Amino acid sequence: MSANSMKDAILQVEHLSMKFGGLVAIGDLSFQAKRGEITALIGPNGAGKTTVFNCITGFYKPSEGMITLNGADGSSFLLERLPNHEIPARAKVARTFQNIRLFSGMTLLENLLVAQHNKLMKASGYTILGLLGIGGYRRASAESVELAKHWLEKADLVDRADDPAGDLPYGAQRRLEIARAMCTGPELLCLDEPAAGLNPKESAALNTLLMDIKSSTSILLIEHDMSVVMQISDHVVVLEYGRKISDGSPQSVRTDPRVIAAYLGVDDEEVETVLTEVGDEDVIEQLDIGPDTAHGPGTSSSYLAGPVSDTIGHSEGERVTVSKGASKAAQFDAKASVAPRKPTERATAKPPGKSPTSKPRGGRK
Amino acid sequence: MAVSVSSERDTVASPVQRAFREALYAGAIALGLFILFIGLKTDQNISNQLILAQRWGLLITVVVLTMLGRFFYIAYGQPFMTNQKIADVATGLLPASLASRFFQLPAFIVAIVLAVVLFAFNSALPGLVGDKLAGGLQFLRALAVIYALACVIFYFRAFIHANFTKLGIAALVLYPILVVVVLSIYAWSIMGGLQGSLKWVDNYGIQILIYVMLAWGLNIVVGLAGLLDLGYVAFYAVGAYAYALLGSHYGLSFWILLPVAGAMAAFWGVMLGFPVLRLRGDYLAIVTLAFGEIIRLVLINWRDVTNGSAGVSGIPKVTFFGLMTFNSTDPNYIGKVLDIAQSSAYYKIFLYYLILALALLTAFVTTRLRRMPVGRAWEALREDEIACRSLGINTTTTKLTAFATGAMFGGFAGAFFSARQGFVSPESFVFLESAIILAIVVLGGMGSLVGIAVAAMVMIGGTEALRELDFLKSFFGKDFTPELYRMLLFGMAMVIVMLWKPRGFVGSREPTAFLRERKAVSGSFTKEGHG
Ligand SMILES: Nc1ncnc2c1ncn2[C@@H]1O[C@H](COP(=O)(O)OP(=O)(O)O)[C@@H](O)[C@H]1O
Ligand SMILES: [Mg+2]
Repeated sequence: MSANSMKDAILQVEHLSMKFGGLVAIGDLSFQAKRGEITALIGPNGAGKTTVFNCITGFYKPSEGMITLNGADGSSFLLERLPNHEIPARAKVARTFQNIRLFSGMTLLENLLVAQHNKLMKASGYTILGLLGIGGYRRASAESVELAKHWLEKADLVDRADDPAGDLPYGAQRRLEIARAMCTGPELLCLDEPAAGLNPKESAALNTLLMDIKSSTSILLIEHDMSVVMQISDHVVVLEYGRKISDGSPQSVRTDPRVIAAYLGVDDEEVETVLTEVGDEDVIEQLDIGPDTAHGPGTSSSYLAGPVSDTIGHSEGERVTVSKGASKAAQFDAKASVAPRKPTERATAKPPGKSPTSKPRGGRK
Repeated sequence: MAVSVSSERDTVASPVQRAFREALYAGAIALGLFILFIGLKTDQNISNQLILAQRWGLLITVVVLTMLGRFFYIAYGQPFMTNQKIADVATGLLPASLASRFFQLPAFIVAIVLAVVLFAFNSALPGLVGDKLAGGLQFLRALAVIYALACVIFYFRAFIHANFTKLGIAALVLYPILVVVVLSIYAWSIMGGLQGSLKWVDNYGIQILIYVMLAWGLNIVVGLAGLLDLGYVAFYAVGAYAYALLGSHYGLSFWILLPVAGAMAAFWGVMLGFPVLRLRGDYLAIVTLAFGEIIRLVLINWRDVTNGSAGVSGIPKVTFFGLMTFNSTDPNYIGKVLDIAQSSAYYKIFLYYLILALALLTAFVTTRLRRMPVGRAWEALREDEIACRSLGINTTTTKLTAFATGAMFGGFAGAFFSARQGFVSPESFVFLESAIILAIVVLGGMGSLVGIAVAAMVMIGGTEALRELDFLKSFFGKDFTPELYRMLLFGMAMVIVMLWKPRGFVGSREPTAFLRERKAVSGSFTKEGHG
């Protein structure tokens, strides 16, 4: 890695691994997110995308690896060493959640004011001066309302500023969550499936907001909706069963046969057919082994998991579910070594008909 | 099949028919329930043997009353209620049509006249109509006064609703003065008025305000931060013993020890906070409950210091900021300094204003804090802890400040309590106290100061008022002690209120900031917290 690219990268993930008991949710993942770009993290359900986010934002302590954040002012932080709440506060990484987490009983404005907690806390002399009415709390408070108003306008929510957040429609809640994250003044914004469950109109509103944010903040994006990914991202990282299978521009990823096999095109039956032709008994046997969800809570509850020590640290008897058979990309490799041309032909033939804009197989979220 | 048949009958049956059927069911259930409770009673005869007394008459009365109640409710009550406009959703009050029919000018005048006449002839009543009826008439007089007051409140309801806080504070400030003035006129002597005011200022005023303050303190922990604390009374105890011990051993003044008591309680709040930070929900509740019990057991068993269950007595009184005292033997006794007659009412009235000031301080600090980052962080913590952490809020310190702030006000209240009683013992800090304080917070509506104050008034004032029902003795016999039914009624009232307003008296939440207009947040959006 050249010194130049180091400077360029706002986030550097190196050899990141996350194990839950014996389950390897992320295995030796390395990638970079460049400053001022939108980096998309894609992959089928259970690929470990949210787990990557949880490691970056300190909700999980990774089993191995290094996550470096390079601030605009030249400072750099090792995120895996910072306590959870200091990552937004000091390293300026903000995030949203796959299942929206708003303060539903508080108004929109209040939601955005809570996001400015640390700044206001300092301005209020850690409450004491503010309580006595001395110091610049009043002014800081007015400024924070201005900032909140700014983001409410960007998110097109200013008309509902005084309504409870829980009262908003789904798409507006998504935008509010992003606006709230932006109110922390982040340099890197991590969005976990922001377009999930949005109707086309809400999706369009979201795209506008994201393009707006992009001008000032780098974005790391998990997304299932390929139209969003292809339209707005500058760089795509593809995960499958915790491993990186592709990394590059949207164009190159879209045509990468490994990605197509893993994520976009090939049906299970087709893979099976190919493998049976190849005669790989071992692979066929393991074909339906998926990630062992019984080994941990589902995706949505994964954020609820308490301290990491509760979920990791049972490293003996490690059971790597990332088997050759389970990984479609690996199957592709297996196929490719026997019949190198065939899948590529299929891959290049496929996109017009079954274009990547269609929702991926099993893309429930 | 049977179900469908009966439901068909339900739609066809007239209310009276249905009421008849329901009354029979209710009677059967009541009979089943009460046959052992009421029908049979174990008793002792003269030779101390256990005998079974049969009370079929009482059982029948109860069952018949149940049936009648059910019948009238289904036949007339329910159709009437459904015919009314839907109850006022915002305030949860009865429909306006019903209320305006209930509060009418002629009835108001009758009530006023009745109350005045009964007051005027109060002393002559027993002679005129006999003791038994006189008690009933006194009760009637109380009802008339309540009705007249309710009429006035109903008439000015819009105004009261708009200025509730200001009016409430004004009423609280004027309360002792009003009581003394009214009672002085009534007794035709100021001394008599002062003497008579003792009960009203002490038993009602101070008692209620202590609970208001405690509930407001607990509200910070439970209502705002959403941390279920079942051991709040521990901090009350810490404050009370801090003043009791330091005050009686070292003779330090209340004004020095008040902050000390608050600081010690806050310290213990943090001490409790540390180990329980990682716990949530039920686990947190259990550990805080245990903490409350531990403090009480320490108070009982650490005899050298706390004097065990016998408690600490001879706790010094509060002085008037060191200028005057309330001990009639002191040279600077208030009566001597101001050259007025000796009375114990001065001290009570002074204490009343002291606790009022402390309670208002609690309210002031709470409202101020809610508009500051910590207060918002508390509420955000109640709504979603994970989201808080993702926004860079240190949840550990946020929880600890909530515990410490709540505990501090508990400590203040405790110091006041021991100064008022002059005596403290572990008896005063049992779990029931924590439960009552928590009940007040929940009944009032978590997070709402006004609701909590009203709830404290209803709950504590209500149970005190039940002591006044001595005239019932003349109906139910000499053995009847209405006080014993206080807790039963307390529980019943809570069940009814929770059915009627599941989110407490004030279910909505006042936002701490607004851009265009301040709109209350409906209780259906706020969360109770889970940790
Ligand atoms: N706290 C946890 N404990 C155990 N397993 C977990 C935990 N969080 C996530 N996992 C597992 O890690 C894998 C990746 O999950 P996730 O990162 O949520 O996938 P996605 O790519 O859909 O966001 C899944 O198999 C999931 O069950
Ligand atoms: Mg996910």
